Amino acid sequence: MVRSALSRTTVYILLSLGAVLMLLPFVWMISTSLKAPNEVMAMPPVWVPTEWKFENFTEAMKVAPFDRYFINSVIVTLVSTIGELLTTILAAYAFSRLNFYGRDIVFAILLGTMMVPSEVLLIPNFVTLSNLGWVDTYSALIVPWTASVFAIFLLRQYFLGIPKELSFAAKVDGCSEFKFLWYVMAPLAKPALITVALLKVINSWNAFLWPIIVTNSQELRTLPVGLSAFTTEAGIKYELLMAASSMVIFPMLILFFIMQKYIVAGVARTGLKG
Amino acid sequence: MMDKPTWNSTLKAFLYLLPALLILIVFNIYPIIKSFLMSFYTEYDFYNDIVYKYGLSNFSDILNDPNFIKAVINTTVFVIGVVPISIITSLAIAVMLNSKVKGLSFFRTIYFLPFVTSVVAVAIVWSWIFHSDYGLLNYFLGWFGIDPIQWLTDPTYSMPALIILSVWKGLGFNIIIFLAGLQNINRQYYLAAQVDGASAWHRFLSVTLPLLSPTMFFISIISIINAFKVFDEIFALFNGTAGPANSTLTVVYYVYQKFYEEWEFGLASAAAFVLFIIVFLFTLIQLSLGKKFVHYQ
Repeated sequence: MVRSALSRTTVYILLSLGAVLMLLPFVWMISTSLKAPNEVMAMPPVWVPTEWKFENFTEAMKVAPFDRYFINSVIVTLVSTIGELLTTILAAYAFSRLNFYGRDIVFAILLGTMMVPSEVLLIPNFVTLSNLGWVDTYSALIVPWTASVFAIFLLRQYFLGIPKELSFAAKVDGCSEFKFLWYVMAPLAKPALITVALLKVINSWNAFLWPIIVTNSQELRTLPVGLSAFTTEAGIKYELLMAASSMVIFPMLILFFIMQKYIVAGVARTGLKG
Repeated sequence: MMDKPTWNSTLKAFLYLLPALLILIVFNIYPIIKSFLMSFYTEYDFYNDIVYKYGLSNFSDILNDPNFIKAVINTTVFVIGVVPISIITSLAIAVMLNSKVKGLSFFRTIYFLPFVTSVVAVAIVWSWIFHSDYGLLNYFLGWFGIDPIQWLTDPTYSMPALIILSVWKGLGFNIIIFLAGLQNINRQYYLAAQVDGASAWHRFLSVTLPLLSPTMFFISIISIINAFKVFDEIFALFNGTAGPANSTLTVVYYVYQKFYEEWEFGLASAAAFVLFIIVFLFTLIQLSLGKKFVHYQ
């Protein structure tokens, strides 16, 4: 008994130590973002600022238009998420409920594309966008990301689990197939749709390589791109850099705290098929 | 509704598929083929999309480029550094979390936090932590009498710095998936092992590990593939460079340099194609090894 109590304690100590290491960068970021310049470089480090400098945030916004970046990120994230949900619902319905020539081949080809790293697609996609005249537009940031094979696959699996009898009943009641999809199937698949949407929001909000390549003008920068440019614009003012980083990180942290259950379940589900 | 396929049902199905297929064909399937072709373009007018000459010289050029070789070596070092540390640590944490601890969801939330945050933002936070004079890490190391390390400017330490950041960022994802795998293991196996007098360590080795092998298999594939594609971390940690003396130049970073900084589309495509082959081979190796060693319940 003594031995198991000891190992219990060890488990808690190790887990807490790990948790501290995970949290430390965030704590340090927030702490630095609220410090006066003379405390930022203090040694030994000051953990709690003697005077809370919320002005650092407004100061950072003066150096770079973070409000504009924020709006851009919101637009790009919202529109590409809604777009992906629409294309996914339609495609997943076809793959799970309709029988048609070439269904298995088309599905297999789509699954096959998941093996190709998206970095490989970068160059031809850039060429396509410049031929369309889309470089440095919202379309370039949004349109290529409004369909996802992973999302279609996930939703198709979910749709397959919804009893077929429902659609017969709907047919008898004179409900059209299209209406049935939007008013019955989609609401029933809400957990899967929320998972798809949340993973999309996180990816879209944090995307960096694609937006940095397809945009040039400052007005079109998303938060990560703006933040990366800010490192040269702000110089070595760490309190401003940390304030700017907080502005990029906080929205996703808040979303995570509210929707944690769905995000964790979604990630766990992606692993179970292994 | 799952009647036999007819031309009518096919037409209807493709109408449903149209929006998704349109996007996926233009931005996913076409570029896969195009990228393969572009790696053979040796003389190419990008503005007018005219190809003057095809050949293999892109591939021979990058294979003779010491920077490309360096990128491949660096990427390999990064994969070997990140994947085992990350898997062992996250497995240990997941096993501890699964041992009926109080506050499971509290710990899980904390470990998972970095996953939802922007790589660029956390890399900038870490570059502050790695600061040689005023950084937290050197301050803590000072407690143990270790002299300040030039994490981000000394080529010897830039790769370890990148590895530390990447392990921290990716731990939560692995923990969640390991936890899901652990919770799938039938309790009765443990009871049986306990009745037979197996020690905790023994139970871990002969019950947990074999039954967890499908999860382990999945995490290894995902981790290796993701590690091969590292880019954002480097760009943000080293301020838009590939580290001091190119010490963290990776394959994707090389593609970015050739493509976006030097406008060498052919060379960049060839390098991207090599990345695809590497990732693909690893997937194949894993798949064939997986068949031999993975036990499915």
